[in-house]
Amino acid sequence: MRDKIKIASGQGFWGDLIDAPYNQVTGGDIDYLVMDYLAEVTMSILQKQKNKNPKLGYAKDIPELMKRILPVCVEKKIKVITNGGGVNPVACAEAVVEVAKSLGINNLKIAVVLGDDIKDRLDEIINAGCNLNNMDTGEPITKVKNDILSANVYFGALPIVEGLKLGADIVITGRTTDTGLTLAPMIYEFGWDKDNFNLMSAGTVAGHILECGAQSSGGNFLGDWQSIPNMAEIGFPIAEAFPNGEFIITKHKGTGGKVSFETVAEQLVYEIGDPKAYITPDCVADFSSIKLEDLGNDRVKVFNITGEKATEFYKVSCSYSHGYSASASLTYSWPQALTKAKAADKILRKRLENLNLNFEEVRSEYIGYNSCHGPLSTEIDEDKINEIMLRVAVRSMDYGSVERFGKEIAPLILTGPPGVTGFAGGRPKPSEVVAYWPALMPKDLVKPEVKIIEV
Amino acid sequence: MKINLLDIAHGRSGDKGDAANIGIIAYDDKGFEIIKKYLTAEKVKKHFDGICLGKVERYELPNLRALNFLLHNTLGGGGTVSLKFDAQGKTLAAALLRMEIDVNDKN
Repeated sequence: MRDKIKIASGQGFWGDLIDAPYNQVTGGDIDYLVMDYLAEVTMSILQKQKNKNPKLGYAKDIPELMKRILPVCVEKKIKVITNGGGVNPVACAEAVVEVAKSLGINNLKIAVVLGDDIKDRLDEIINAGCNLNNMDTGEPITKVKNDILSANVYFGALPIVEGLKLGADIVITGRTTDTGLTLAPMIYEFGWDKDNFNLMSAGTVAGHILECGAQSSGGNFLGDWQSIPNMAEIGFPIAEAFPNGEFIITKHKGTGGKVSFETVAEQLVYEIGDPKAYITPDCVADFSSIKLEDLGNDRVKVFNITGEKATEFYKVSCSYSHGYSASASLTYSWPQALTKAKAADKILRKRLENLNLNFEEVRSEYIGYNSCHGPLSTEIDEDKINEIMLRVAVRSMDYGSVERFGKEIAPLILTGPPGVTGFAGGRPKPSEVVAYWPALMPKDLVKPEVKIIEV
Repeated sequence: MKINLLDIAHGRSGDKGDAANIGIIAYDDKGFEIIKKYLTAEKVKKHFDGICLGKVERYELPNLRALNFLLHNTLGGGGTVSLKFDAQGKTLAAALLRMEIDVNDKN
């Protein structure tokens, strides 16, 4: 058993800094690189790509990234764990195999975690007595079943651990919790008992700190943000984990950003509900138990973490098609920028009304005035405001109404208030609204599978 | 005496479906005593009048000198359903830090 492992965060979301994973594997010694690619909206996008081409449906950045990092990972024996397999982890693994071959790398083992995709099993699951009721509204899933775009179970760390035990150098999963990616190597390397819920919670907390990339190392820091050095070359977080469940959050030497009590604490409170019940497939972690000790030099010790037994359920996330939306913006200049923008909004709404279009919602916001803080925004002195951007967004179940809205924006330039610019992108096109259906499912209705693909 | 919340605390906000979460962290123990005492769910609900259309839940994380608020029915439907420019509530932590706390207020 090892007495310490270093787990590095490489991506906080699909679209994060492209060079971050490369910098993590080259900037110092690490044992694991973990990368989270999947937001809820991502699954439906990937499912659409797979519907068009059965070879797609995973984070397409991965093969390109692997081309850069694989030679380093092989040389330094760094294992890579990612949920970027999306709705097609096998195709993702096959693409990585091709990359490895092109680089002349042999003896590479890739574990693929399967079984989270339940889109084609919904009838079977409903027949087994699980109605996949909406966790928020209580309605049964049959209400939206025909519009479902994707349906996935959130697996935890254990299938990844199985892959590591089978000797995998790379683990590619579909819908796995972000926290499971980080917890898994701790369970594997330290031989943790999956029923030791304090340890499961410790690894889960480490995962929560790593899962949003540089958000724990000085990015998006609302404290004294100007004190964060060299954000241009920000270092992504690294967890130095110990067998007793304690870990230190740090980053590579010489990188920008900052790891402090404050930067880690901000990430700990990010997107949590009841801190005493942070529910994952692996445990129910108690975030109120977490203690931090700022050791200085970009090192923060995280310890004292407790938690309880996991629930009997997996969370299921389904996405379904729910109409169309579009948004458009126009910019009005001084003088009277806000008054002009408000007048333009009124004219636009009157025209939409005269057309008898059908919208569920029409929302107007004034960027430069109230688009962030709404009614909490302070009143502005119009003489001192140089410009205001009017942003109008609409949503409807009727494609035609949203499409017609898009045709009513540009005319405002010649038929509305003066001093307007900033309409260069063409007519806004309706985009499909994807809504979510969160549900719970008994764990025994689905079984994760681990498949090994070798080069 | 009036205290600007911005001067004694920082925080971060994000989305959980149609609910927004706002974590507020005091810079020191004295600041935490103030927010623990005065930053109630009712005050937060009132502060976000017209933005938070549901209930506000409040949780304490004393080890981090932090409070967590869950603001239900706040993000215009959440996800890609929301038409809000800030559909994920990323700027709501700063919106809460606009609050002025009257530390003589015994309510």
